[in-house]
Amino acid sequence: MYGRDGTTQGRDATAGAGGPDGADRTDDRTVGVVLVSHSAAVAASVAELAAGLAAGGGATAPVAPAGGTADGGLGTSSELIAAAAAAVDRGAGVAVLADLGSAVLTVKALLAEGGDLPGDTRLVDAPFVEGAVAAVVTASAGGDLAAVEAAAAQAYTYRKV
Amino acid sequence: MPDLDLPDPDPSGPGLLDAGFLRRWMTAAAASVDREADRLTALDSAIGDADHGSNLRRGFTAVASELEKEPPDTPGAVLALAGRHLISTVGGASGPLYGTLLRRAGKALGDAAAVSRQELADALRAGVDAVRQLGGAAPGDKTMVDALVPAVDALGTSFAAARSAAEEGALATTPLRARKGRASYLGERSVGHQDPGAASSALLVAALAEAAGE
Repeated sequence: MYGRDGTTQGRDATAGAGGPDGADRTDDRTVGVVLVSHSAAVAASVAELAAGLAAGGGATAPVAPAGGTADGGLGTSSELIAAAAAAVDRGAGVAVLADLGSAVLTVKALLAEGGDLPGDTRLVDAPFVEGAVAAVVTASAGGDLAAVEAAAAQAYTYRKV
Repeated sequence: MPDLDLPDPDPSGPGLLDAGFLRRWMTAAAASVDREADRLTALDSAIGDADHGSNLRRGFTAVASELEKEPPDTPGAVLALAGRHLISTVGGASGPLYGTLLRRAGKALGDAAAVSRQELADALRAGVDAVRQLGGAAPGDKTMVDALVPAVDALGTSFAAARSAAEEGALATTPLRARKGRASYLGERSVGHQDPGAASSALLVAALAEAAGE
């Protein structure tokens, strides 16, 4: 299971002086990023890659993997997705990237029915690895949810040949 | 068994199908999926990733056990609970798809204590529309939609007609080329295999007819 311990803390971890009620921590609110893959290893590795590339001398936005099924197999778990989204939610929205088939469909089903994910959660239409890097870099730079979504989606336009 | 297939002269009038009927449907579906899991997985091993039977068995077993633990008292609540558990336990694409079908149908039934067959058909049609929107599949794409659309069309006539329509729709996916999901990567090689999702949809509709005694 990935819980709060499985996320990178970044800005939130430095915001402890903001007071117990968090009321004056608005500037430290960062978009969270959730990476949903059929494979736990893929989700965790891409999270590590994105956080590593985003950490250019500062704190990084919270990012959590939600990979595989709850029992460790290949597939998708709505529980892992909900837990990851709750873990990275800092009140500025959560951007979710998904890889294939059931990962995409599960996130869409959860969003369509409501109640399982933080209020401002969005499925971002982006390539999984490149989009994750763009999303975490943008969120770490303080971008809002729309900026994070746009940066991740723009990763589709980068041609390799 | 009572004849539940009487015409519904007044669709807004008192319905015949209560929460107990919907629970019997889900229990029959769980038993059927359990019996046919190996066949579903065999179909899925031809054009998918060979987990459809075991995924649905896990999902519907969880649904049946939840319904037994805390039986909801309206038809809509039965379907909503079943849908929620399918989304969370199946693990493959059929989880969010069947889960959305049942949750949306449950929502459409509202909190009525009992519903008519026509009302159930209308609710399931809303569910199928949500499935089509979620997966982006149209009839002819070699998916569960090919069994579900004719089934909800025929449910206005009778439960038995819906079962036949779903079975015919599922069989008719065999010559089709898959345009959705993992099977679509196979292109022409998906031709000649029945779609596992259409096959499991036919089982679910057959379980509905079984619950109605038809």
